[in-house]
Order: sequence, then structure tokens, then C-alpha cells
Amino acid sequence: MTKLKINGEIHTIDVDPDMPLLWAIRDIIGFTGTKFGCGKGFCGACMVLMDGKAVNSCQLPVSSVGENELITVEGETENLQLLQKSWEEHNVPQCGFCQSGQLITATALLNGNSNPSEEDINNAMVRNICRCGTYPRIKKAINHSVELKNKG
Amino acid sequence: MKDVKNVSRRSFLKGLGLASGGLIIASGTTLFVACEPKDIVEFNPNLFVQLNSDGNLILVASRSEMGQGVRTSLTSVIADEMEADWDRVSISQAVGDVKYGDQNTDGSKSVRLLFEEMRKIGAATKAVLIAAAAKKWEVPASELRAENHFVINANGKKIGFGDLVEIAKTLDVPKDVQLKDPKDFKYIGKYLPSKDVVTLSNGSAVFGLDKRVDNMKFAAIKRCPVAFGTVKSYDKTAALKIKGVIDVVEIPMLRKPFGPLGGVAVVATNTWAAFKGKEALKVQWDLGDNNTYDSEEYMKQLTANVHKKGKVAKTVGDVEDAFKKASKTIESTYQLPHLVHAPMEVPNAVVWVQGTTCEVWAPTQEPQRTRTEVSAFLETGEENVTVNVTFLGGGFGRKSKPDYIVEAAAVSKAINAPVQVVWTREDDIQHGYYHTVAAQYMKGGLDKEGKVTGWLHRFALPSIASTFAPGTVDPAPFESASATNVPFEIPNMQVETGEAPAHVRIGWLRSVINIPHGFAINVFADELANEAGIDPLEFRLNLIGSDRIEETKNEYKYDTARLKHVLKQAAKNAEWGKKLPEGHAMGLAVHYSFLSYVASVVEVSVINNRVKVHNIHSVIDCGLAVNKNTITAQMEGAAIFGMSLAFYGKITAKDGAIEQTNFGDYQMLRMPQAPKIHVEIVENNEKPTGVGEPGVPVIAPAIVNAIFKATGTRYKTLPLKDHKLV
Repeated sequence: MTKLKINGEIHTIDVDPDMPLLWAIRDIIGFTGTKFGCGKGFCGACMVLMDGKAVNSCQLPVSSVGENELITVEGETENLQLLQKSWEEHNVPQCGFCQSGQLITATALLNGNSNPSEEDINNAMVRNICRCGTYPRIKKAINHSVELKNKG
Repeated sequence: MKDVKNVSRRSFLKGLGLASGGLIIASGTTLFVACEPKDIVEFNPNLFVQLNSDGNLILVASRSEMGQGVRTSLTSVIADEMEADWDRVSISQAVGDVKYGDQNTDGSKSVRLLFEEMRKIGAATKAVLIAAAAKKWEVPASELRAENHFVINANGKKIGFGDLVEIAKTLDVPKDVQLKDPKDFKYIGKYLPSKDVVTLSNGSAVFGLDKRVDNMKFAAIKRCPVAFGTVKSYDKTAALKIKGVIDVVEIPMLRKPFGPLGGVAVVATNTWAAFKGKEALKVQWDLGDNNTYDSEEYMKQLTANVHKKGKVAKTVGDVEDAFKKASKTIESTYQLPHLVHAPMEVPNAVVWVQGTTCEVWAPTQEPQRTRTEVSAFLETGEENVTVNVTFLGGGFGRKSKPDYIVEAAAVSKAINAPVQVVWTREDDIQHGYYHTVAAQYMKGGLDKEGKVTGWLHRFALPSIASTFAPGTVDPAPFESASATNVPFEIPNMQVETGEAPAHVRIGWLRSVINIPHGFAINVFADELANEAGIDPLEFRLNLIGSDRIEETKNEYKYDTARLKHVLKQAAKNAEWGKKLPEGHAMGLAVHYSFLSYVASVVEVSVINNRVKVHNIHSVIDCGLAVNKNTITAQMEGAAIFGMSLAFYGKITAKDGAIEQTNFGDYQMLRMPQAPKIHVEIVENNEKPTGVGEPGVPVIAPAIVNAIFKATGTRYKTLPLKDHKLV
């Protein structure tokens, strides 16, 4: 049995310890906000927060998560909700499929850097592909969140 | 009131057949706007509008949402004409059914075809509500007006839409409806946010991949690496040993346009087990006739085919004579590779076959075709198949083809349970419907003043028609149109086509044939400008020439003044001609597609042989701009999509199999490479035209032209990665 702490709740699941976290979250536990995009860690659609840092859940066996706290796009953490508001403000999503991953990566960025430069944003967000091409709006929305944060 | 136009009229007529009288009467506290059966010939508001007595308004979106904002655009048109409060509106997604008219969401045509229909539905609903208030207050309807979800009399007395439901549902819809004066539009023409922005930002929107049904299984399918190869034999022993794998079943190949490729499906209790089982499967294939397909060799053949005379698709004057008399002629050959859609959400579908009935939940651009194909496969009537349309995690044309949905029907039928078929990313890259691969040859003649006197455009590319009629080697008429409709005032022009047999499934990808044609035409025009020693902007405006209406085969006029206008505006916005930093340069392109006019000016730098795009100034004239938020977003996205194909887009085949596998070797543009994108939407009241696709074709040629300006090197093949520029 594997125990996973996701969005503040403990889930006990009986799966192959090699099962990537992505599939445990989606197919076993049932949070479908975290997306499958490539299965190889190229696209970032599957990003979740593990102890506040963005990880590709398709590359992480459930056995390696241990006691670490996981937050998905459905979860609650200050920077995520702030970013989601900015996403709405700037009408970021087109198809929306990659946006869970984008939001998680952006949350991790803000968790570690309260005032990221454009280069910092690029360096963080390079892990996520958006096929619709919402990058300019994502960048604006991140900057908007930073402004809101700095205003207090 | 304007007539209902061609395609939609037929669709609604067709819809009438199934509606069996079509009169839908309200029940309980709900109003379905009633109308006489004979009115349904023209429009059928009761399919699209549901007003509840609490005032909540549910509007139906008949087209699929894949990021182009169609759910918001279409329903906002109804709400505007109806004078509804947008905050009271929620959107319901239509199932696949001919009663909704054409639901095929491609070709950048949803708003174009449905704008008038949606307006009339909104106006008719408003008229019924006003009539209801008139009856209640015993005053003439002419003394009343509707505003923001209320009907109001001359003294300002108000009654809410919801409070009128009980009376309204007893009334008939008036025969003639008065449409609003466009100057009174409240939502149309504004930057209206998407209704779906919240659910698309918090993980709650249900895409096809997110659909869950009780007792649902998951399946992955191993397909032949070569298109149309078949299963000889397979060994499922290793697959069945994987924890979670339940069953292994063979899927038939159906050799029809949207038939499954066939293969062997591994059914499991979760997606990962299905993927692992698929890897463990051992399958012997009969590779079939396409197993020698080598895209590199094939490009040589295509190139040879455009270096000799082809079939004439259009001729004006005498190009050969023009070339003889020209003071200078130049020739160029362009080669563009196959592309694949790679939407972020891979093809997938949930299907539950229960005896002769079947329910589908799928991200599909074409729910009616899905219904037809699934019912044909199951040998059951279409009325027994329900197709629910989920959100689409991108489509770009891939999800117009329901092969992946028929696969799920086949698996569900075989295992007698609901199943979700999930493609891996590798499946998506390697078993797609590929954007064509193209060789194009251009020859131009210039006189002493640098005027173009002759223009020859020859192209060879496997046709989309080959997917519908195997063995086709010539382009379909629509695949010549974007070369033959070039509105250049050149006295001698000829367009020719060469043969090109298909060895993979060819399909349409966002912007379709306009990608290769827009590239060759715009790059060659730039080459001619350079030969003539004339600024590319001035040269291009001269080529387009006088203000005039070009002949078209449709009701939309091709207006050269509008084409020149977008180009001039893009140049103006980019400050064409201004002094730029060392290593920087601008390039331009202009193209008419999906009945819209688009120009882009791109600023690049090439430093240490690395290209960077700094700014893209795009201008679109798509007639009346129904939702400027969506249009701006689509133009931004089109720029990124165009950059991805210019930088990286290349699918190759060796021994019949696609060589690329995933986003590692089929790369996409990422945020650090994204330029600043500036969009202008031309203001006018012409009929709305395409938005989703027309922004793409200009990007790659504008970049190539800018690189030439910066470096003096002209890149005639894509992607730029092959030239080590990115």
C-alpha cells in the first residue's frame, strides 16, 4: 500500500510502486486536473507541486514520493489561487489543457522567487509547452500576480 | 430580415427531418421557445435557448470548443440580440445531431456560418418575451423594449425575463424578427472574456481524457508502424502478466477515410497498465504497400515533378512568352516537410456499447461524423448512438477525424464494458493524418523597371483527397485555390500541379494548403523585390495593384483594397523601415485565407547564426469582429503555431514508419522563444469571416524574409532547425 498526501488529504492506494504519480492521481485517486501530455517529461502538462516545487508527475514513481506533500491544480496554496485569478483577468487559456501544468510551474516559481525577472520567468516556464500559444498571456498573468503580491 | 444562407439553410432543413414536427413544448418551469413547425425550416430557437423561470438562461453551443472560444462567441450573439444579461447565461454543449445543422468545427467557419442564425434566434426569443409582457400588461408590444434581462415599458416599469416564462411558452414565435442595429451591440464586437476561463484554470473542465464512467476500463492500442499495414499474428502472454492488464483484443482496420488503422488493444484497469501492456505485446505485422516510403527520397521525386511541366490549374496571358521577353528571370524551389497536429490532449475517447445502443464521450471536432462512423461500425441506427462532446485539448484538424473514437467503440464492443482508449504521444506523432509534404517551383520575369511580367507557380504535394479516394495523385480544387487566387496584377500568370501519390494518411492541419502556398508566394515575392531592387513593402503593394474585387466562387468578395490595408497597417504598426539594432531586420508576408485578410511584419535578429524573433505585428481583417478577445488570442496563438512549424516542424518517414516520437524530436516553441505579439483587428461591418486559421500562413515566410534581410541568406526549406538557426 502506498500513502500519498494530496491537497491536504491522505490517500491510501494499492498500486505497482513503479506507477508514475500522474496515473495514480488521475486513474486511481481521481483528480483529473493534472494532465497527461507526453509521458516523457517533455511538456509539463502533468506538473504537480511536491513540497512547493514543480515536478513532472509522469516521471515520478509513486514509491518515491514518500511523505512529501503534493498539491495539484485543484489544491489550495496562496500563489496558485493568486495566479488563477490573474489567469482569469488576462483570459489566458485557449483550449486550457496545458494550463494546469503552467499554473503549477508558475506557482513553484513564485514560491521560490517573489519578484521574478523576465529571464526568471522564461527559465521556469520553459518546462511547459502550450500548443495553442498562450505564452504571451501567461507571462502577463504571472507579472500581474507578482504586482498583486508586491502590493501586499 | 436577411435570408438564411446556403449551407445552414440546408442543414436546418435536414434537421427538420429528424425533429418530427420539431415543436418542443415547455414543461414545468422551463421555457423552450415554441415555434410553428413551418418556422423551423428557417430557424429553431428551441434547440438553442432554454430560459428558466428563475431567469437563468442556458444557451446551447453547437460547435466544439478547442480553444478558439466558439462557445462564448456563438452564445454571446444570441444573448446580445435577446438583450440578455450575460452573467445569467450558462452554456450547454450540444450532442452530435443533424438537428443542430452542420457541427463540423473546422475551416474557421463556425461564426461565419452561424452568426446570422444565432442573431435571429436571439431576436426571436426577445420578441416572444416582449409579446408575453404585452399580454400580461395588456399593452401593445410596440410600447415595450427589452434590456438586460428585463422587459420594460415606456414608464420604466420592468419585468424579469424569468417571470415571463409561463406566458411566453404559450405564445408563438413571430415570423419576422427585427435584428439590432450593429451600433447597439452590447457583447458583439467587444473583448468578451471566455465563459470557460474559470473551469479551464482550475482543473475542473472535463476534457475527453478526464471523462470517467462507472466500471470504465482503459485501453492502449499497438498499431502497425507503416500506414495500412495489418496484424499477422500476436503474442499476448507478456502483456497479460502486467498488473492491471485485463484483456488483449484485436481491432480491425477499416480502410475508409476515418476508419481505425487497426491493431491490437490492451485493456487494463488504468492507463499506465494499458501502456505497459502495449509495450510488452509482441506483434508480427504485414507492413503492406507503404513500407518503402522514404520521405527524403520522396522529396526528390516531388522536386523532379515540379521541375517539369505539370497540369495547368490556371493560366492568364502567356508566361513562357513573358519569360522570353523579360529583362531578368529568377527561379526558386521550396521544400516543406510533413507536419503533425500534436494537440496537447492526445486522441482519446470513452465509448460504451450496450447491445445495439452506444454512448460516446469524446473530444471531437465532428460529432455528427462520429455518430455516423460509430453507428456504421456497430451496424446500428444513428438514433442509437449518442455523441457527447467534451472540451478538446486542442484540435487543429486532428480531432475532425474520428478514427480514434471508432477504435474505442471496437474495444468496448469486444469487452462488453465502457472503455477509454488513450493514445500515447508516440501514437499521436506516428499514426496521425499528416499535413502534406510539398515541393514548389516558382519562376518570375521582371521588366527593366522591376515590374513583374510573368509568374509561374508549380507545386506537387500529396492531396487530402487521397484519404477519401486512395490512389489520388492530383490536388483537389481547393488545394489549388490558394495558389490560383493570388491577386497580383501580373499580365502573365500560370499555376501548374505535379503528381504526388500519398504514402501516409494525409489530413488537414490548421491553415491547411495555405501553409505551403502562403510560404512559396510570400518568399518568392520577396525574392523578386530583391531582384528588382525595390523595398518589399512597396513592391508587394504594387503587385497587388489597383483596388478591385477579384472574382470568387462564393458570396464573399475578395477585395484587394482590404488586402493592401492589412499590409499597410502591419507595416505602420511595426514602423517598417525604421532603424534597427545591429543584426536585426524585418520581413513581411500577406495572405488571404478562410475569407480573411492577414498581414504580419516580423522583426528578427540573427546573431552568431542564431535566429530570434523579437516582435510580430499582425493585422487581421475578418469582417465584423464578433469577439475581439478571442480574435486577438487566435492571432497570438497563430503566431506561435506558425513559429513552431517554421523553427521545428518536420515529420519524416523511413521504411514507411514515422521517425519522430514525442516532443523531444518533434519540438514546439517554448516561452523563452515567444516574441512580443501585437495584434490589430480591422474595424468594419462586413460579414464575419475566418479567425482560427488565417493568422498562421504568414508567419514562416515573414521570418524567412526577415532572415534574408538580416543575413543575405534565403532559406527555401523548413524547418529552420535544419539550418542550425535555432
